[in-house]
Amino acid sequence: MDLFFEGIRKAWSLIFGLDTEVLAVTLLSLEVSCSATLFSLVIGIPAGVFLALSDFPGRRFVISLVNTGMGLPPVVVGLFVTLFLWRNGPLGFLEILYTPSAMILAQAVIATPIVTGITVASIQNLPANLKLQVMALGATRMQMVWLLIREARLPLLAAVMAGFGGVISEVGASIMVGGNIKGQTRVLTTATVMETGKGNFDVAIALSLILLVLAFSVNYLLTVIQQRERPR
Amino acid sequence: MSDSESLLEIRNLTVVRGGSRVLEIPSFSLHRGETVALIGPNGTGKSSFLLALAGLLPLESGDIIFSQQPIVPGFASTEYRRKLAMVFQEPLLFDTTVFENVAAGLKLRRLSTREINERVTSCLKRFRIAHLADRSARKLSGGEAQRTSLARAFATNPEIILLDEPFVALDPPARQALGDDLELVLRETGATAILTTHDQMDSLRLADRMVVMERGKIVQSGTPSSVHNSPANEFVATFVGMENIFTGTIKESDNGLFSVSVADRTIEIMGEGAPMESVVICIRPEHIVVSVTNPETTASTRNIFPSTVTKIVQLGLYAKVYLDCGFSLVAAITNQSLESLALQTGSQVFASFKATAVHVFRKSH
Repeated sequence: MDLFFEGIRKAWSLIFGLDTEVLAVTLLSLEVSCSATLFSLVIGIPAGVFLALSDFPGRRFVISLVNTGMGLPPVVVGLFVTLFLWRNGPLGFLEILYTPSAMILAQAVIATPIVTGITVASIQNLPANLKLQVMALGATRMQMVWLLIREARLPLLAAVMAGFGGVISEVGASIMVGGNIKGQTRVLTTATVMETGKGNFDVAIALSLILLVLAFSVNYLLTVIQQRERPR
Repeated sequence: MSDSESLLEIRNLTVVRGGSRVLEIPSFSLHRGETVALIGPNGTGKSSFLLALAGLLPLESGDIIFSQQPIVPGFASTEYRRKLAMVFQEPLLFDTTVFENVAAGLKLRRLSTREINERVTSCLKRFRIAHLADRSARKLSGGEAQRTSLARAFATNPEIILLDEPFVALDPPARQALGDDLELVLRETGATAILTTHDQMDSLRLADRMVVMERGKIVQSGTPSSVHNSPANEFVATFVGMENIFTGTIKESDNGLFSVSVADRTIEIMGEGAPMESVVICIRPEHIVVSVTNPETTASTRNIFPSTVTKIVQLGLYAKVYLDCGFSLVAAITNQSLESLALQTGSQVFASFKATAVHVFRKSH
């Protein structure tokens, strides 16, 4: 327990001492995960709405793939993103391996199936005739999609939370495509792994606590918005 | 009906859903200002018909002609859909206030805020929900929610309003109150409407014309009283509550009157018929008079049968009296008559009905 309390003391001094390195790592974690979540929303919500509302051969197979993707192991994502971004890989010309951009890409790959899968479920959970009712009110196709997304906004907030939660806490993909380079691609999770490996448990605990507080704060904010909207 | 202009015409419409043909309508027309009640049992294609008319179901074949203009087959254009409005069985309200719900169709049309406010306020008043304007749609009772749904549909001033069993989920008092208000709104606005319903009372109260559907086809169309009193076949007769349906053979026909033999009894009927022809005859329960003394045979009351009461079923304002007069008859009488006649099971009575009260059609094979 001493180690734990020492960790908390260390976290306190790192946070409130405004340690520049910790601050940079924290801000980069936020930047990478928020950007990845944003990209996953931009791709996942339209894809989920399309899958929920359309009817084409193989649709169930695609939804099964998306649902499988919701549990995609980050190290597998990390491996394939690395292969794609490798100098000789199909996306090697981008020259972004071991940069925050590569980390954003990898995390977006992890979060997109989560957002898509929850979006499909959210839209399909709306009353069966709501789409027809919206069309009967004179909506264009785009207006119909927008109204349905608006009606599913509460479960879609859960998609945001699940997507963000999935990427802020992952370490495998970030360490593989980012390389944990000090001052460039080091984020809270990769730094925690490194400090634990070095036996610096107090720093590792401090970084973990910061990560927990960060994840909690973002989710708390989203939960407050969700619960304020919830019908009573 | 304000005039007889045909607003909507259907020609050779067929619709396939889930691999089977659910609609086959050779022709149907709707006149401006008319209210049509579409009746039929569950799964007979009433809702599919409304969805097809609303442009929300792809057609397998056929034409929809609106105001003399053909509508493109398949999913109809936004322009066409904006001329119609549809109310479903469930209110299907958005998760916002009552006001915003009623304004939804108007906002989709991008009307000015002033016009939206005016129209919404008027519709809220019309459906007696002005006091609920700021309430969340999630906090409404079933009746209030369906009123909001109706107000939302009427707010867009549709040329045709399609009502898919709008009262089905409501309790009897809410159903009665909303039915009264809808009747008033339809009359005041002169709206053209198609209403699907199971309830005979709704169709009698609201409709100018009644259309009966069976297995995706229209089997009869006419005024509510003509459908009720002169059903086209056994299916319609059963559906409109003709409980006395018998098969018989015409014995003789003379001077605008013919007689039909049913279970060794003879029933006299106004009309013409060919002797030896098999026919189906039906009599509405409310057209049968029950008396304890033999009524005089008048010019029109030609059918009088001594009977035994076999069962009495109380149904609120009236009672059904089951009679055995050689064949089974059901009579509907008021509770007051039931009391004054002191009827009970086993009572000996006379059942009588007029020759004009009997409806006849050829037996379908």
